[in-house]
Amino acid sequence: MEIVLDHLTKKFPGRGKNKQEVTAVNDFTFTIPDGKLAALLGPSGCGKSTTLNMICGLLKPTSGEIFFGDKNVTGLPPEQRGVGMVFQNYALYPHMSVEQNIRFPLENFRGKDKLSKEEMKNRVLEAARLVHIEELLDRKPSELSGGQQQRVAIARALVKLPKVLLLDEPLSNLDARLRLATREEIRRIQQETGITTVFVTHDQDEAMSISDLIVVMKEGVLQQVDSPQKVYDDPANQFVAQFLGTPPINMFSGEVRDGKLWINSEPVLNVAGDQNAVIGHVNVGIRPEGFILLENGALGNEMVRPEITGRDVSVIFRNKAAKSDVVRSIISADDWNHITGGEVRFDLKPSKVFLFDPATGSRIRVTLEPLTSTHLEAPAQPVPAKQEQAPSAPEPVPSRDKAPVFGRTLTTFTVLTEDGEAEAVLETDAVDTYIGTGEV
Amino acid sequence: MKFLRKIKPLTWVLLVLWALVVLFPFYWMVLTSVKDYGAYNAEYVPSFFTLSPTLENYVQVFTEVDLGRYLLNTLIFTVITTGLMVFVTILAAFAFARMQFRGKNLLFTAFLALMMIPSELVVITNFQTITEWNMRNTFLGLILPSVTSVFYIYLLRETFAQVPDSLYYAAKVDGTSDWRYLWKVMVPICRPTVVTITILKVIECWNLYIWPSLITDDPKYFLVSNGIQEIRESGFGRANIPAMMAAVVVISIPLIVLFLIYRRQIMSGVARGGTKG
Repeated sequence: MEIVLDHLTKKFPGRGKNKQEVTAVNDFTFTIPDGKLAALLGPSGCGKSTTLNMICGLLKPTSGEIFFGDKNVTGLPPEQRGVGMVFQNYALYPHMSVEQNIRFPLENFRGKDKLSKEEMKNRVLEAARLVHIEELLDRKPSELSGGQQQRVAIARALVKLPKVLLLDEPLSNLDARLRLATREEIRRIQQETGITTVFVTHDQDEAMSISDLIVVMKEGVLQQVDSPQKVYDDPANQFVAQFLGTPPINMFSGEVRDGKLWINSEPVLNVAGDQNAVIGHVNVGIRPEGFILLENGALGNEMVRPEITGRDVSVIFRNKAAKSDVVRSIISADDWNHITGGEVRFDLKPSKVFLFDPATGSRIRVTLEPLTSTHLEAPAQPVPAKQEQAPSAPEPVPSRDKAPVFGRTLTTFTVLTEDGEAEAVLETDAVDTYIGTGEV
Repeated sequence: MKFLRKIKPLTWVLLVLWALVVLFPFYWMVLTSVKDYGAYNAEYVPSFFTLSPTLENYVQVFTEVDLGRYLLNTLIFTVITTGLMVFVTILAAFAFARMQFRGKNLLFTAFLALMMIPSELVVITNFQTITEWNMRNTFLGLILPSVTSVFYIYLLRETFAQVPDSLYYAAKVDGTSDWRYLWKVMVPICRPTVVTITILKVIECWNLYIWPSLITDDPKYFLVSNGIQEIRESGFGRANIPAMMAAVVVISIPLIVLFLIYRRQIMSGVARGGTKG
């Protein structure tokens, strides 16, 4: 079932002396296609849960409409929307056994939908089997671990075969290891059932790893709705670029003039096309994997220390133009030349460099190319070509039926096998993906 | 440690003494109930035991006054009153804890303010009301003033309010009505408090004295408390204390049995109520 939000707005009345209306969700318009898993991602208090509660009907929107398929459900109470919901604290009924918990939604069916005892039992077993808790049916919620409780909550949400499944920070109560396993579980269940799923998270790893579609939000304002890879490779603004990616993107102040991008009075990249429109100061975001260690590289920096994690090396360095104290770059261990101090120079990968308006933070879209002086040979050409392609990727949402997007699948896989090292592995994969295109 | 070891026997002795102090009235009650009326009146100094126990007093309370009927009346009165009271209290507590309506807080404050008025004052107005409605000497007249209890509504509301909101939302998403949520989720979760309230109300009903003696003068509607008074007056001009004690023993037995059956729940309910402060 496709979910359509049409100019959805939620305002809460102000409290206390300085009565001021709070706009939790401001004019949201987006569509979640049928059978997809969408993540609402943003920092605390950005309106994620409010949006979710409006989709399930626990909150009434101030204005705007919600459609499930063609049906306008804005005025319907939650019980008539046919949604399943998993709450952050699971909200299992403590006095009922697991089986009774899962059966509870079925017992509410009235009239022609009413199920016989036998049918209920089968449905409960089916749901329990889906989340692998058949052997726990007689236990009370208090006798279960966090992960098991969470699965019971999912089974309870699924048992009535909802058209839409909503998950409110379902993994936040689990430890790191269980979180990795459970998010894969959620993905598997979602793919097996094909139920359109929306889940709320403030953890970008979670959102990147399992969703088809990421909805990035900030202070009640929609920032970007795209596939995980696209949100990462082609952020709509500085907030999205900074929010996604671990370690985070490195911000520099730079300048565009004479057809070049300058950082710290050094030209680092060529700006192709109509660069007159953007002449002046810009914020430059460079992904950690966007640095190429080169003795005569374009960008000179003061080396602080290397951090060696095995597969790759984080080179920590200082640059006067950087907005943070130190800058972190990630390079493959094979390219590591064992510098530990002094000056370190990098070339930049154009597709990992984004320009933003310093005042508004909005993205300045220009085509960046390597400086010809450092790349004398022609084979460097594929890079700009990729950069041009990225913004107009024809299919932002990878279809579930087809082969998954290469880069993302790889990410998920490595995250699972090397537990505990989730962050580093993710970055490395981003480099891998890049190398896969034939740059180095 | 030495100090503690020394103090332990002392603690035991004190506890035993205290138990004796607490239990003595009960012993005295049972002892007096098996003394002969004549023998009892002949004692200038009451003796602490009797060599010639008799069950005559017990026979007397069922023959001279209709204690069996009073027990039945009390049972009917207690069951109906407690049932209605618990029902009304649960609904009111749910409304105050969970529902949204205009003037909710004002109404609840007014309810709490009622708790400050001594019940003896209300008895007079209740008496007038019930008399004017011609409900003297009816069960309805006996029961009606006791079906609401502000304190129990307050107690249960506080317990209901502690049930996490997310359970309510989960139930809503699961398609549950408020009514079903109340009886299937809220009440079972708060069962200890509900049981405590029920038992406290049963005891209260069983021991009620002022109201039944005001509102009934027809023995057909007498409760056990009226019965005790009646027996006391059956002693040829003097108070028939042994017979009265026998009646008290008979009346106390159901409550003691009730306590023994539900003692675990009463204890947990009291402990739970205690932590709320």
